[in-house]
Amino acid sequence: MKSLKTFTIGGVHPEENKRSANAPIQQLSFPKQAIVPLGQNLGAPSKPIVKRGDEIKTGQLIAKGESFISANLHSPFTGKVLKIDDLLDSSGYRRPAVVIEVGDDVWEEGIDTSAALKREISDDKQSIIDKIKANGIVGLGGATFPTHVKLMVPDGKKAEFLIINGVECEPYLTSDHRLMLEKGEEMLIGIKILMKALSVDQAIVGIENNKADAIKHLTELAQKYEGISIQPLKVKYPQGGEKQLIKAAVNREVPSGKLPIEVGCVVTNVGTAFAVYEAVQKNKPLIERVVTVTGKAVRKPSNFMVRVGTPVQMLLDAAEGLPENTGKMINGGPMMGKAIMSAEVPVVKGTSGILLMKKEESRRKTPQTCIRCSKCTTVCPMGLEPFLLAKMSRLERYEESEKERIMDCIECGSCQFTCPSHLPLLDYLRLGKQRVGQLIRSRK
Amino acid sequence: MMNQFTISGSPHVHGEESVSKVMYTVVLALVPAVLVSSYFFGLDAVRVLLIAVLSCLFFEWAIQKYIIKGPITITDGSAVVAGLLLAFNVPANLPWWILVIGALVTIGIAKMSFGGLGKNPFNPALVGRVFMLISFPVQMTSWPVAKPLFADAVTDAVTGPTALGLLKEGIDAGKTVEQILSDPNMPAYLDRLTGNMSGSLGEMSAIALLLGGLFMIWRKVIDWQVPFSIIFTVFAFAGIFHLIDPTYYIDPTFHLFTGGLMLGAIYMATDMVSSPMTITGKWIYGIGIGLITIIIRLWGAYPEGISFAILIMNAFVPLINNSFKPRRFGVKAVSK
Repeated sequence: MKSLKTFTIGGVHPEENKRSANAPIQQLSFPKQAIVPLGQNLGAPSKPIVKRGDEIKTGQLIAKGESFISANLHSPFTGKVLKIDDLLDSSGYRRPAVVIEVGDDVWEEGIDTSAALKREISDDKQSIIDKIKANGIVGLGGATFPTHVKLMVPDGKKAEFLIINGVECEPYLTSDHRLMLEKGEEMLIGIKILMKALSVDQAIVGIENNKADAIKHLTELAQKYEGISIQPLKVKYPQGGEKQLIKAAVNREVPSGKLPIEVGCVVTNVGTAFAVYEAVQKNKPLIERVVTVTGKAVRKPSNFMVRVGTPVQMLLDAAEGLPENTGKMINGGPMMGKAIMSAEVPVVKGTSGILLMKKEESRRKTPQTCIRCSKCTTVCPMGLEPFLLAKMSRLERYEESEKERIMDCIECGSCQFTCPSHLPLLDYLRLGKQRVGQLIRSRK
Repeated sequence: MMNQFTISGSPHVHGEESVSKVMYTVVLALVPAVLVSSYFFGLDAVRVLLIAVLSCLFFEWAIQKYIIKGPITITDGSAVVAGLLLAFNVPANLPWWILVIGALVTIGIAKMSFGGLGKNPFNPALVGRVFMLISFPVQMTSWPVAKPLFADAVTDAVTGPTALGLLKEGIDAGKTVEQILSDPNMPAYLDRLTGNMSGSLGEMSAIALLLGGLFMIWRKVIDWQVPFSIIFTVFAFAGIFHLIDPTYYIDPTFHLFTGGLMLGAIYMATDMVSSPMTITGKWIYGIGIGLITIIIRLWGAYPEGISFAILIMNAFVPLINNSFKPRRFGVKAVSK
């Protein structure tokens, strides 16, 4: 095996708790009624093209991504559009969503639903990007950035490396891990497709060393795929941060405020590579994904293949129910995930896991005074001074926090995780980022 | 019906570190040195340690309760650490009332008047120590001779000069290093290492202090850069002068194992609150302390200089924090 690589500044080691690592992906059954939010991608929400009462098929386009940064949205189920209304989503706001009464599963024509592996890539560069765009593929690592936009390299820039994120550094989550084990070959074909779209001849799949089985499996498979190498990485959070992964894989630093393409890299998640395979080889839109259901008290930690729009409650039921003493429900992992208010909210393209925290784990401890121990500064993977930025937010001195590079913060939470005084550092940093963002926009 | 779940921002887990864990780790790291000083000074050491710790706790409690009228936080361990370090910086035979005054200065002036834990610009125990040294110079510099438990009394003298004191006196009287080292009061090499000599309570045994220091580095309570840069600077600077003129400048290891250097470098200068926040800053701060210490030791009026050196560099910490920022990711881009 290759020697382990990692990033150089900061980082923490939260308990891994990958309880569902050995649970194979199971197909989840369908709900009676699905809620499909229109804003499932980063950027502008999709514009609906169906109306109340329409009969729709699985995989049919129901909303279009019209702005530059937006994505198409397809129906995950066959059935009838009950309404288009503002409904509670995982962010806690009421936002527009298509509500579907689910019937028997009938796929739209032209979609290959067979499991047969299709290795040969017949599409050319433009046709690959068109298919990815048409099928509504977004980054499945959590940020849900439209993938076709990522593939359109700006003039004057050149992609040299495609970096595939199989790090899954968030504790508890195992959806990417299971996908690498179970859909490895499809994923590698997806990577080849992306390489073709970007005209790069090197792809590096970064995987944390706590997934030795996935590293071994993919390394074996990758021998048949020229240009794809598997890079084992040290277990250190936030190894899966885009900038940290690039640093580890090719030892380049994305300049402050710039995108990975600046250093010749394009980064996508392993789940996205699988979705790309399905979109290009099978013409299948992104309507389902792998979701981990886990937590210390969860009776049956699981990985499910879930159709978008399925209420979280169904996942909980399939994992043998909501544990009695659940105090917090998180969409995503414990370091960067978002707390959700209700199990009624639907799974969306960006849902990588549902994490249930016990009551005693859910409450923050009372903050104490800063003892200037500088641990936050030591662990910050961006080389920032969280204690200082937090203080500037508190004093509303946003011009100064802009100079101290608050916009470089990737919100990984390492500072707050490590703070002995239990200070809500990241809360203050988020506030600061939001205000500094307003300042920057107001100057334009 | 909506379930009542907690909603809060990420991260949702915590590394379980806490202020009191940090403080009690420091206390634990001081245990070897406490044992060594109790061995050499017996009940006197225990008396001084108890008075210092209890007075520090009392003053912090009294100030929080009656002056600030705020929450009482004496259980966080910071007052215990201040008390222990204060005791470590005085002779074992110091009258109790001086110690109590020292504790009042430590907690009342150096810590609480700035707003308590986390706010003090200067190391509280050192402020207390220097206050006592200037106000009660006689009592603060009459050092009891170490008398190991179970050992026969080796000398009738109750107090004796410290190794550094002997050196300073000798040099001032025009003696050579060789003559000074042959003085019968001068502790032998091994005694200097284990702490069998006159001096403040906690500065005796370099080995015990180093042991505690390694423990704190392992537990990530302190960074190694501060103690290392101080010790290295003192060693290098003393070494250069020793090479130039060995008749008047003693060999650099003497400086490492005598006086308060180890105590200061490992426990006092590393005080989180009053030391810099970045690694570069820690280097600058440590080198500064080392330089000032050795300048005072070689040419100053006092035989010992680390307390002053640390307090002087404490004053520079805000400036250091502003001038030496961490290496920002992606600012000086590294490319192949």
